[in-house]
Amino acid sequence: MNNPANLSYTKSHEWLEELEDDVVRIGLTDFAQDSLGDLVFVNLPQVGDEVVVGEALGDVESVKAVSDIYSPVTGVVRAVNEDLLDAPEAINENPYEAWLVEVDNITDREETLSAEAYETHCQTEE
Amino acid sequence: MKLLFEQCPSQSPQVLPPCDIPQQEVIPLPAQLGRKNPPRLPQMSESEVARHYTALAQQVFGVGSGFYPLGSCTMKYNPKINEQVAALPGFTGIHPLQPEETMQGCLEVLALAEQYLCEITGMDAMSFQPAAGAHGEYTGLLLIRAYHLARGDHKRTNIIVPDSAHGTNPASAVMAGFQVINVASGPDGCVDLEKLQAVCDENTAGLMLTNPNTLGLFEKDMTAIAEIVHEAGGLVYYDGANLNPIMGVIRPGDMGFDVIHLNLHKTFSTPHGGGGPGSGPVGCKEFLAPFLPVPYPVSREGSLVLDGERPQSVGKVRSFYGNFLVVVKTLCYLLRLGAQGIPEAAKHAVLNANYLKQGVAKDYDVAIDMPCMHEFVLGLGDLKKETGVSAMDVAKAMLDHGMHPPTMYFPLIVPEALMFEPTETETKETLDEAIRVLAEIRKTASENPEVLHGAPHHTAVRRPDEVQAARHPVLRYRWED
Repeated sequence: MNNPANLSYTKSHEWLEELEDDVVRIGLTDFAQDSLGDLVFVNLPQVGDEVVVGEALGDVESVKAVSDIYSPVTGVVRAVNEDLLDAPEAINENPYEAWLVEVDNITDREETLSAEAYETHCQTEE
Repeated sequence: MKLLFEQCPSQSPQVLPPCDIPQQEVIPLPAQLGRKNPPRLPQMSESEVARHYTALAQQVFGVGSGFYPLGSCTMKYNPKINEQVAALPGFTGIHPLQPEETMQGCLEVLALAEQYLCEITGMDAMSFQPAAGAHGEYTGLLLIRAYHLARGDHKRTNIIVPDSAHGTNPASAVMAGFQVINVASGPDGCVDLEKLQAVCDENTAGLMLTNPNTLGLFEKDMTAIAEIVHEAGGLVYYDGANLNPIMGVIRPGDMGFDVIHLNLHKTFSTPHGGGGPGSGPVGCKEFLAPFLPVPYPVSREGSLVLDGERPQSVGKVRSFYGNFLVVVKTLCYLLRLGAQGIPEAAKHAVLNANYLKQGVAKDYDVAIDMPCMHEFVLGLGDLKKETGVSAMDVAKAMLDHGMHPPTMYFPLIVPEALMFEPTETETKETLDEAIRVLAEIRKTASENPEVLHGAPHHTAVRRPDEVQAARHPVLRYRWED
């Protein structure tokens, strides 16, 4: 597995990139896209929507199932990667480039894992 | 194969004789209402159309073609006598708007089927209006909502659903305006009582549960589950999709369920798949009966009438009174099997599932290796890691052996899941053949996994591109111009 060291990770397989103070970019990990299989739809929130830590911010649908994407932070959506709506396969092809949303005004966040700790976590899930 | 439009000959066949009566002057439609171009209907003779549909039928796999162990779908054989009875002119020649006194026989079918199904499920009343399973779930949830609101209890907005539930459960709950609370299963695949207790509170409207659950396991703490939800003031809903292994043996009504739906088109042997018609009756305990949809058949002064005056009813959920002929087939099945045959069928379904499970357990990992009810789930996670062969590959390979695949990738809590439900109507020989086929596929997985990635090799339709089908579905014919 090749999880970039500059990102942090959740146990529910989202990655976070700290863009600036209290602004994060959120995506799905390589492990997540591999377990889900080929993605066919992505549902994302709209700019200005509030997201809450531990609650679904959107969902992804693969040929196998629909899965929620859990928000690792509480805040306000500042940008949405709309390209994904027409091309969800980008998440399968390059999960660490295909970001889902950017969130600012962060007031709460869950504890995240380092790349190393996340890899250990994935091994226990396998 | 070619579509009708593609085989359409350039010249229309002379099927109709020339007109031999004087033609009348017709007042044309106003121009803005008329078509600009005539519809491009395929011009074909009857024999060509007949051949086309025969060719389509030859490409289809149904329960009439072979073994069909599609888990949670109960693809049992549908006795042909059901069809003969449902085709009787007394059942087919009626109109739902004709006077009630002229359709007493049909109303009696409904009343009798209701009585028998209430006896089997331990319910007090049942409505046949819902057209299929998920529609039944939705209607049952409307009853739960109406019950709480009638008591002035406006806070109950949550429906609890285990993570092993059929996907329709949370979907129906959202459609009925509830918030879905997911509760994780324990390591034994059953509801975790502590986790259930933790999510039950004054906002709990109810719990939706299928028992046996989707792993094919009987919820061992059923009584305690119902108690926890009831103590919190919620109701307990029974998803009847998995009733087959307990029908006539134990009753949801005795396990603490307040409201249920049945899938007549699964458990009670009426055809399903391919769009129906189905029937998803909703049954309930006495205290919920006032909320059932209208109209509801009741006995009045010696005859049956459709009662539309039920002030607390949730209203109509479908036109008229549901898919009547499906109920006729169900009643035929019930009368034919009787009080002895119904539980025998249920027990045989359990026996067949356990026989098949034991047979394949030497080659595959069973998700929760315990005696099962009507179905069981294999987890092929390790097989995929060792050989690269996925649940999808194994399922597709079964097609090459003339068998329908089991349900794939469900329940979601088992990685690489394959869910088998053989039903009671398969012989030991068929089950032995399935065990042999699955052993052969397992051997191929080790020796030559590439073969399985390309399966099926011998079917008319090979492996469709599911990703493209979902992303860019082609749902209708497009003319070249």
